Amino acid sequence: MQLTDLTMLELAAKLAAGAVSSEEATRASLARIQQVDAKVRAFLRVDEAGALAAARASDARRKAGSPASALDGVPLGLKDLFLTEGVETTAGSRILEGFVPPYDATVVRLLKEAGLPLVGKLNLDEFAMGSSNESSAFFPSHNPWDVSRTPGGSSGGSAAAVAAREVFGALGTDTGGSIRQPAALTNTVGLKPTYGRVSRFGVIAFASSLDQPGPMTRTVADAAALLQVIARPDARDATSADAPVPDYSADLEAGVRGLKLGVPREYFTEGMDPEVEAAVREALREYERLGATLVDVSLPHTKYALATYYLIAPAEASSNLARYDGVRFGLRAKDARSLRDVYALTREQGFGAEVKRRIMLGTYALSSGYYDAYYLRAQKVRTLIREDFTRAFAQVDALLSPTSPVPAFKLGEKVEDPLSMYLMDIYTLPCNLAGLPGLSVPCGFTKAGLPVGLQILGRPFDEAGLLRIARAYEREHDFFRRAAPL
Amino acid sequence: MALTLEQVRHVATLARLSLTPEEEQRFTTQLSAVLDAVEQLQALDVEAVEPTSHATLMSSRLREDVTRPSLPPEKSLANAPAKSDTSFAVPKIIE
Repeated sequence: MQLTDLTMLELAAKLAAGAVSSEEATRASLARIQQVDAKVRAFLRVDEAGALAAARASDARRKAGSPASALDGVPLGLKDLFLTEGVETTAGSRILEGFVPPYDATVVRLLKEAGLPLVGKLNLDEFAMGSSNESSAFFPSHNPWDVSRTPGGSSGGSAAAVAAREVFGALGTDTGGSIRQPAALTNTVGLKPTYGRVSRFGVIAFASSLDQPGPMTRTVADAAALLQVIARPDARDATSADAPVPDYSADLEAGVRGLKLGVPREYFTEGMDPEVEAAVREALREYERLGATLVDVSLPHTKYALATYYLIAPAEASSNLARYDGVRFGLRAKDARSLRDVYALTREQGFGAEVKRRIMLGTYALSSGYYDAYYLRAQKVRTLIREDFTRAFAQVDALLSPTSPVPAFKLGEKVEDPLSMYLMDIYTLPCNLAGLPGLSVPCGFTKAGLPVGLQILGRPFDEAGLLRIARAYEREHDFFRRAAPL
Repeated sequence: MALTLEQVRHVATLARLSLTPEEEQRFTTQLSAVLDAVEQLQALDVEAVEPTSHATLMSSRLREDVTRPSLPPEKSLANAPAKSDTSFAVPKIIE
């Protein structure tokens, strides 16, 4: 067994016992990247010097008997959407190529304070807009389970790096499913916390009322441990929740006996891959065997979620991306003569197709004469979607569904058809509109060996409940022990 | 809802995006398809529904109003594509 095959908590235990050093673990991670990343292409940038310096500092703390946290010394990867002081951060966009942030995102600061060496920045769809990583301005990442396929998006680089065991865990962000969908496609665990649970300060904004950072790991227990480090009220983020942070590992092994788990009928519809449906149905039966009661529930406005999302997210994006104007940071078009040219040409040259498409859509939805018909109406339908969930959670403890309607698809398969790409998020994005926590846990493989994910949605701030429910299933199956064929 | 080429050009101007002729054509088709798909929202009666601007019901949390050091100018300007002294530089607007 290689060092990189260990989970975060297994490595943490070895570090605590003095059986291995953080420098060894970090070197193992860097060597694994060297070995497989030419195939996976998860990394935009590896910070070897920074990671090794952090690892050595961690080892010194251990030696002195004062580790900074339970995960002190465990190497981690970051989606390249998190500002990292002194390390280029691009959001997967040409417009930010060469941008070196002067400060850390709050979650990056928390990770550093907890002693986790940060090995590098992971690929993503440009500005986190996409479901396949193919919108990255630099290159698409590949799925370690089949390198001709996508790892999903937009946190596809994070998912691929964890699945390929290049890092022990990673952080992603989830605006419409960008943590959960790639987790499902790569046999990893992805947790999108409740909106406000984790600070968004220093996380490059896509859609501010939807974005939420979260852990991407190989196991449920690792997700709990990583969430423990980053869940914190933050005075620098006015939308961060001032809610107490529980011990996420405390009830992890409590099981699901006596719990009521809802099965939303609108999440089992045509268009779902039969093998995905079979794996998820089998997982539902497993929960019954484990003592949970399955309850048929209805979320009647689900069919409107996609349309609602594809008005609200682009509207917020068009506003957030107004700051990329060629004046303060990033690219400036060389041939710009007037100030107007600086804006328009810089944005023409710096943004890729998906970003432009969403800026255009958002600008249209917000423009005078269309605001009421599109944006305002979408915000009202968002209320109806949220109320569906509130009614469902009056009956059940959590909801179970597939994470993605299909397993990993071929690179290039959906690129020219935005609507079919948008459908990849159909089961994940209602959760973002409602601000709920959601988790994807591996629940099997197709005959072709492609991973399938089970999605668990919960009440606001009930991440502990989701982790416990996911762990009950994981304990029976151990899919995470299976390694991608690289 | 089908968008016209003129509408796409107008929206691009509002968004400060110059588009190539090829992009204008492509976005006219693609955005029309997306707008067709979102048209289904018009079927719902939302007259009496309050809009949701934020998913969690919380008011903005404000920090204490205390003076703190901000980023020094050299750090703020470090990523600027053009600068002069302590300012971001842009092409002259008024001759």
